[in-house]
Amino acid sequence: MIQAILVFNNHGKPRLVRFYQRFPEEIQQQIVRETFHLVLKRDDNICNFLEGGSLIGGSDYKLIYRHYATLYFVFCVDSSESELGILDLIQVFVETLDKCFENVCELDLIFHMDKVHYILQEVVMGGMVLETNMNEIVAQIEAQNRLEKSEGGLSAAPARAVSAVKNINLPEMPRNINIGDLNIKVPNLSQFV
Amino acid sequence: MALKMVKGSIDRMFDKNLQDLVRGIRNHKEDEAKYISQCIDEIKQELKQDNIAVKANAVCKLTYLQMLGYDISWAAFNVVEVMSAPKFTFKRIGYLAASQCFHEGTDVIMLTTNQIRKDLSSPSQYDTGVALTGLSCFVTPDLARDLANDIMTLMSHTKPYIRKKAVLIMYKVFLKYPESLRPAFPRLKEKLEDPDPGVQSAAVNVICELARRNPKNYLSLAPLFFKLMTSSTNNWVLIKIIKLFGALTPLEPRLGKKLIEPLTNLIHSTSAMSLLYECVNTVIAVLISLSSGMPNHSASIQLCVQKLRILIEDSDQNLKYLGLLAMSKILRTHPKSVQAHKDLVLQCLDDKDESIRLRALDLLYGMVSKKNLMEIVKKLMMHVDKAEGTAYRDELLTKIIDICSQSNYQHITNFEWYISILVELTRLEGTRHGHLIAAQMLDVAIRVKAIRRFAVSQMSALLDSAHLVASSTQRNGICEVLYAAAWICGEFSEHLQEPQRTLEAMLRPRVTTLPGHIQAVYVQNVVKLYAAILQQKEQAGDSQAAQEATQLLVERLPQFVQSADLEVQERASCILQLVKHVQKLQAKDMPVAEEVSALFAGELNPVAPKAQKKVPVPEGLDLDAWINEPLSDSESEDEAPKAIFHDEEQRPAKQRPPEADEQELARRREARKQEQANNPFYIKSSPSPQKRYQDTPGVDHIPVVQIDLSVPLKVPGMPMSDQYVKLEEERRHQQRLEKDRKRKKKRERERRGTRRHSSLHTESDEDIAPAQRVDIVTEEMPENALPSDEDDKDPNDPYKALDIDLDKPLADSEKLPVQKHRNAETSKSPEKEDVPIVEKKSKKPKKKEKKHKEKERGRGKKEAAGKGEDLDFWLSTTPPAAAPAPKPSKHKKKKHKKDKEERPKDKKKSRKKASREGAAEPVENGALDEEPLPPMSSYCLLAENSYIKMTYDVQGSLQEDSRVTVSMVLENQSSSFLKSMELNVLDSLNARLARPEGSSVHDGVPVPFQLPPGISNEAQFVFTIQSIVMAQKLKGTLSFIAKNDEGSTHEKLDFKLHFPCTSYLITTPCYSDAFAKLLESGDLSMSSIKVDGISMSFQNLLAKICFHHHFSVVERVDSCASMYSRSIQGHHVCLLVKKGEKSVSVDGKCNDATLLSNLLEEMKGTLAQC
Repeated sequence: MIQAILVFNNHGKPRLVRFYQRFPEEIQQQIVRETFHLVLKRDDNICNFLEGGSLIGGSDYKLIYRHYATLYFVFCVDSSESELGILDLIQVFVETLDKCFENVCELDLIFHMDKVHYILQEVVMGGMVLETNMNEIVAQIEAQNRLEKSEGGLSAAPARAVSAVKNINLPEMPRNINIGDLNIKVPNLSQFV
Repeated sequence: MALKMVKGSIDRMFDKNLQDLVRGIRNHKEDEAKYISQCIDEIKQELKQDNIAVKANAVCKLTYLQMLGYDISWAAFNVVEVMSAPKFTFKRIGYLAASQCFHEGTDVIMLTTNQIRKDLSSPSQYDTGVALTGLSCFVTPDLARDLANDIMTLMSHTKPYIRKKAVLIMYKVFLKYPESLRPAFPRLKEKLEDPDPGVQSAAVNVICELARRNPKNYLSLAPLFFKLMTSSTNNWVLIKIIKLFGALTPLEPRLGKKLIEPLTNLIHSTSAMSLLYECVNTVIAVLISLSSGMPNHSASIQLCVQKLRILIEDSDQNLKYLGLLAMSKILRTHPKSVQAHKDLVLQCLDDKDESIRLRALDLLYGMVSKKNLMEIVKKLMMHVDKAEGTAYRDELLTKIIDICSQSNYQHITNFEWYISILVELTRLEGTRHGHLIAAQMLDVAIRVKAIRRFAVSQMSALLDSAHLVASSTQRNGICEVLYAAAWICGEFSEHLQEPQRTLEAMLRPRVTTLPGHIQAVYVQNVVKLYAAILQQKEQAGDSQAAQEATQLLVERLPQFVQSADLEVQERASCILQLVKHVQKLQAKDMPVAEEVSALFAGELNPVAPKAQKKVPVPEGLDLDAWINEPLSDSESEDEAPKAIFHDEEQRPAKQRPPEADEQELARRREARKQEQANNPFYIKSSPSPQKRYQDTPGVDHIPVVQIDLSVPLKVPGMPMSDQYVKLEEERRHQQRLEKDRKRKKKRERERRGTRRHSSLHTESDEDIAPAQRVDIVTEEMPENALPSDEDDKDPNDPYKALDIDLDKPLADSEKLPVQKHRNAETSKSPEKEDVPIVEKKSKKPKKKEKKHKEKERGRGKKEAAGKGEDLDFWLSTTPPAAAPAPKPSKHKKKKHKKDKEERPKDKKKSRKKASREGAAEPVENGALDEEPLPPMSSYCLLAENSYIKMTYDVQGSLQEDSRVTVSMVLENQSSSFLKSMELNVLDSLNARLARPEGSSVHDGVPVPFQLPPGISNEAQFVFTIQSIVMAQKLKGTLSFIAKNDEGSTHEKLDFKLHFPCTSYLITTPCYSDAFAKLLESGDLSMSSIKVDGISMSFQNLLAKICFHHHFSVVERVDSCASMYSRSIQGHHVCLLVKKGEKSVSVDGKCNDATLLSNLLEEMKGTLAQC
């Protein structure tokens, strides 16, 4: 079982928080902070497993994470999950994000948290791995997006126009976390699918 | 209305959407909280509007704020509103918010039941999917109970997308509503063989999760999983299954034997590291469970260790980490094979990655031996010096202590070395583990009598330099060692060289800065020391010196009397008075030493930590009974001390009733020894063979043995442990020389018994004799200690409720609750038009359910009896593990087939058991067999060429109407590698191959595996049949690429698939009364055949019909039997089989005349062969 999936940036700002077990909001934030401090200390070239923090899980739990440019993707899993399998799963998740957002960067995650959740929902459901085949995941996401489009979407045309106007005085935000360096030491990638 | 819409969208122009909110927060870095509270106010306004789009937008923003840590539970009702929006776009937002913020305490959840049910049965698969996903996060016991049946229906949904979600969510439903497990389990099991890999993977996932908590209930699924393991190519599924087997093997060692071979094959063949790693892990689990049952398991261990070494040597830190992790598992049972890789592990200690260093440390723990302990510890000490973080240094420290003290100091040959290591460790700054070191010092000093003198000298030196140790007392845990030092010096003061000096050291003013409990020990031991000094001086007649000592105490003790710590104060003032009294006596020149030392007479022995718990309640003593009716409380006080203290062993014996005479005592002592030997918690006095010679009577009272003087006893100042390493080497060298000399001289070695005989020249572990003959005193236990140890299982374990026997047949009462429609609820709601749908949907599954359950019940009865045997049988078919396996692939294939062949036989077995109960009566529902049945296989040859051989079997499937599954075994007969296999069939009007969605009738279906030379594997294909009354033939082709050293060629093999009518029948049990009713009903047409020249016994004949034609025996009387079966389209087929002298006649009745005559024709063919 996966107990939690956390995505935060190099400064510990949460970008996606998904718990599969109930924690009150303030505890959730504490867990995010603690996890952030745990992974922050670690170099990029050391192993991606961490024996749990104090707040989440226990001896049976492990933190498995990957660091992509400005983002950390952390999965908290118990012993029924394969460590390398979860690493691959993170890779699948990130690659799916990359496909759905076309060159995903941190900004995509910031502004489209809901979409990221929908994508995650096709990968993991209720703490259990639902699908690992990226093509299947992307196909389902696209089908749902089409369905949404046919319904007119959440933000109808006028709101979009306003939003475009609002966009004008946007501070400079470099799209800096191009997923180009995705394949940092992923030797066991693509054994799945 | 239209106006309202327009107004709504104009309003919306000024609403923030999620992106605006995020942007706003980013632009208000300084006053984020203020900005957000402003936004929340806006959101509250938006939520009050009627427009659902506005509401959805607001809820979406709330979800974002929830991530930032804001509690949004106040909007729960609005979330429910958005969830029930008709549009998918909004619904999705609602469910997402709900999944983030709903939990069991959310009261609006109970409002959602009907909405969720509606969404589950929605015609749009994505509505259903979104509801399932949401539900998986917030399902409550109530929701689980109310929706279990709906979800179960979804498990058979036509869309794999829904099926896999429904299957996964069942796990959550089981957790919340354990009663649903048994009714839903059969269907869950079916899903293990779902044609869609996603659904299959989900089912495996759920069952693995269930089985992990309560493995024993899932042992009976082992054959099924075994089959999946050998046929699946999905690594996710494989990993899960292999992990599951890892959990099952400890319960059933035979399973392990069966697993070794396929796992080894996987290890050799797979390229996926994750799979390889899990295989290795499970092989390790198997080997652990087998312990030594397998003759050739050392090969498997070697393989594992070798593969792990590759992982550890990999540059990828993750693999390295996992390799070490798995290695430590092997270590527990097979330390020898791991020890060979000591170099590698030591190398990992230098790794830059702390996690890896810690893992390596774990491994070291198990790798030490007498021979290498000093070397390893030396290396660790070097790391201690180098270590940067205190956390890692502390870890090193505890590991050093763990390593040295493990199994009762088994590996320590030189305790002086160990003490000096401990002393060296005290120089570590900022460690938290002072108490650990202290405990070790105490333990060693108390239990190793021979070392006391040395320990005391070291401890007094430590006390002398206490200022070093306790420099920064407040945050420094290391001062704890002074506790041990003070106690050791006091208790064993007779060994002190210069007691006065130590006494002075202990009375320094600086001591008062130490923590209270340490001061208390100082005070107490000062008196012990003082007593020893008095004794010594008085014996020497030096009353002057004795008085000086008294004076010193009188002067220095007041500083402790002023202590803020009560314990210190109390002891100090008490002792001060005592010393003052002594002073008075001394002034009168009276000898006082005797009396003062009488205060500390006797020896303290170590008591086992569990001793208190293990005191048995004497026979006839009821602790709960009143001794006297309670009048006053004071009366029972006498009893109390007896229960609390167990100081000396003799005492309980004395308190025994007088009938415990000498013999009885001896007997009890014997019994106790026996018990101690079996008690894992009892630390034995002589753990290593060297010490065995001391195991003579009176274990507890061995006199202190002399010390081998090869090591100088008095080490001035603080010794360096290094010098011991050198000394030890020299000593061992000498020992060796001596031994050689002795061997030459051949003199009464045995009688001296100091060195063990060894014919080997190389120095093995056992050869190293300890430097001191060490008597490690056992920890004391009360007489007749209870050996039992209570299990500490957590009573609140949520998974305990799922510990349910799944093999028992379902009872009538075990049904999932089905929703009953109530009109009141939906009377005037806007969802009016949906109501009938809900009703229909919930009724239909109910009916289906019943049918399904009936079937299950019938089957369950039979299976229940046979299940245990079934598994036994499956497990016992393993060829002996020692069987030579030069061609593992061939071997595997054979076994595979054998499995298939023997399964039906096994079924008979179970029936036999069931039928035995009604001995002489006509047999019901089972074929009696007295003689062994010939092996039968339903697999027949399909086609064959020089590359490949195809055999197949057709089975109707229970779950889907008009579908049959063709299991095809493909065997590679060539030396080429076969890949890209594709099967295509020319569909007829009546029979079609089920192809993946989106492919045309001309596309082939790929075979999901490749075949290396000599390997066989089984693939399954589903065919849809329209009319089943006639046998069918389909032409088809298998195309594949054969690749060998010379190149690859494209090959084809044509075949003709034959679907006999028999293949449409499904073995269905039937009771005789139901059978009779069926015959009476008169809707069945009749036909009959007769076959002559049959020599086979009736028994075997019936078995053959049952097996090949999928019938079950309803009733059998002598040489006449009634049989029943059902087609996949629901035709009943009844047979009456009679055996004459040399002939058999079969009368059949069936709903369909054509089907019956075709069936009888086929049966004729079978019988003709008998």
